Amino acid sequence: MSNENIRKVTTHISQNEGLIFEHSSPGKKAYRLAELDVPEIDASAELGAALRTESAALPEVSEPEIIRHFTRLSTWNYAVDHGMYPLGSCTMKYNPRVNEVVSRLDGLAGAHPYQPEQISQGVLRIMKALADQLIEITGMDAITLQPAAGAHGELTGILLMRAFLESQGNARKKILIPDSAHGTNPATAAMAGYEVENLRSNEDGMVDLAALEAQMNEDVAGLMLTNPNTLGIFDEQIAQIAEILHRKGGLLYMDGANMNALVAKARPGDFGVDMMHLNLHKTFSTPHGGGGPGSGPVACTKHLEPFLPKPVVVETDEGTLRLDYDRPQSIGRVRAFYGNFGMLIRALAYIMANGPDGLRQTTEDAVLNANYLRKKLEGTFDLPYSTPTMHEVVFSDKLQSKSGLKTGDIAKRLIDYGFHPYTVSFPMVVHGALMIEPTESEPLEELDLFVDAMKSIAQEAIDSPDLIKNAPHSTRLSRLDETAAARKPVLRWKLESK
Amino acid sequence: MAYPPEFKYTKEHEWLAVDGATGTIGITDYAQNSLGDIVFVELPKVGAQLVAGKTFGTVESVKAVSDLFAPASGTVTEVNDGLTTSPEKVNSDPHSAWMVKITLANPAEVDALLSAADYEKFIADEQ
Repeated sequence: MSNENIRKVTTHISQNEGLIFEHSSPGKKAYRLAELDVPEIDASAELGAALRTESAALPEVSEPEIIRHFTRLSTWNYAVDHGMYPLGSCTMKYNPRVNEVVSRLDGLAGAHPYQPEQISQGVLRIMKALADQLIEITGMDAITLQPAAGAHGELTGILLMRAFLESQGNARKKILIPDSAHGTNPATAAMAGYEVENLRSNEDGMVDLAALEAQMNEDVAGLMLTNPNTLGIFDEQIAQIAEILHRKGGLLYMDGANMNALVAKARPGDFGVDMMHLNLHKTFSTPHGGGGPGSGPVACTKHLEPFLPKPVVVETDEGTLRLDYDRPQSIGRVRAFYGNFGMLIRALAYIMANGPDGLRQTTEDAVLNANYLRKKLEGTFDLPYSTPTMHEVVFSDKLQSKSGLKTGDIAKRLIDYGFHPYTVSFPMVVHGALMIEPTESEPLEELDLFVDAMKSIAQEAIDSPDLIKNAPHSTRLSRLDETAAARKPVLRWKLESK
Repeated sequence: MAYPPEFKYTKEHEWLAVDGATGTIGITDYAQNSLGDIVFVELPKVGAQLVAGKTFGTVESVKAVSDLFAPASGTVTEVNDGLTTSPEKVNSDPHSAWMVKITLANPAEVDALLSAADYEKFIADEQ
């Protein structure tokens, strides 16, 4: 393979590593227990037939072997702390270390959900402060911090929609979903017991208002709109969309997964949105991927507030905070305790460390970075929608497909250049999509490296397409057979198969 | 791949073969080609009621999960269970790898479907 254009990575240590079970040898230990200082009992007499006589076959390894095992595995990973992670729609931004410092403070890290309210005033104050800040940012009236991630927030939001409509006498049957929506939206609607009806986009990648007018009727509970959508396009007609829905008694749900393009610039509450979720693990910089955990607060307008999950943090007359469970119209709990509280601290730390002007600049930088990439790569890659875009940009593999290459091939080659792949083949409205979201975290130098890598790959597509077809070449393992892995998955390692 | 002239087609890329009151349903070559390698097919059970234009199952490829839409209404009488273990047959021979057989509830619905020639014209415009 040719390496001359690859500036970011060179071959580095990436050792082969077996399973921890394969390192095991009998008798090895990484611990030593103190001598027994209580009378020994006869286990077989106590347990009877339940006594286990065979070993559980747990791995037996020394401490250095354990450390090396997991450290070696960690070198196989790619993280935003290594470099740009431009997965479109995912917002893989940097997780500021100040968030981690704050969330590890003794009183917070050690707080227990069952401790009494009078000694939980600090954590309740954090929940209240975050709720207030998110309400201000979204322009909505009320919020729940319970949902554990974005799709969970969507489900909570649609359950609010259903509860509200039921209270009006008719839950209705259908939910409209534009074809540029997040993939989770139709699944959410179905989970909440609604039929999904597809709504097509116009040639600008926005909702087709005439189609919406035609499809909107008294059977439609509402519309789920991702705005900006997965093409990175802000649907400017959102106020008209809300108006069309409201006129026939429907509600507008906004998927706020792309709120990082709007924070401190525009507020969904000001353009007719009835409820929306936020992804703290995207927009508000809490860890993302590898299980996060995520956090998906749902904000809503006044008329939906009685239906919010309970409990809700409220202020007493004495100025203390308490959890209010007396919410007769609530849809109930959607999560044990009060949500992923550790993420709530981090999000609040992020908001307060940035302040309003900092958040505004974050939004501007995210949009600027995406548009810089768009401008630099337009022409090299096909841009199917010329509408202005915000925090992400979607190209297609149309030009490279002439050499028989698909978006997935280009993404694999990008790994050789030291970047995480962009999002492939999504959104579906673009055939062979390359969906790129740099976020505000990337400095100009990293963006330029990325541009050079993409241009170099485009040139390779012309000169030596096989180089791309068989990529990646620099990784520990080369191209994996993803189809075989999906068709014949090996989900479990068995001792006897060793 | 040629589109069998005796089949009827939907704009969602399913085909329907009619034999008396029995309809056999699969997806087209265009569909399998756009989806890429198919790894999983989820089909209804015998006895399930299909409604024309509504979803009756899903097909999963390495790229995406897509709904299957019923070309016509009817009761499922037979399911091609072989696709559970060999979903690749949908890629290799889409017009033979049928998914379900139904007893047509309303044979007049078939008239609304596309002919092979119309379908070929439709996909030419999509590309």
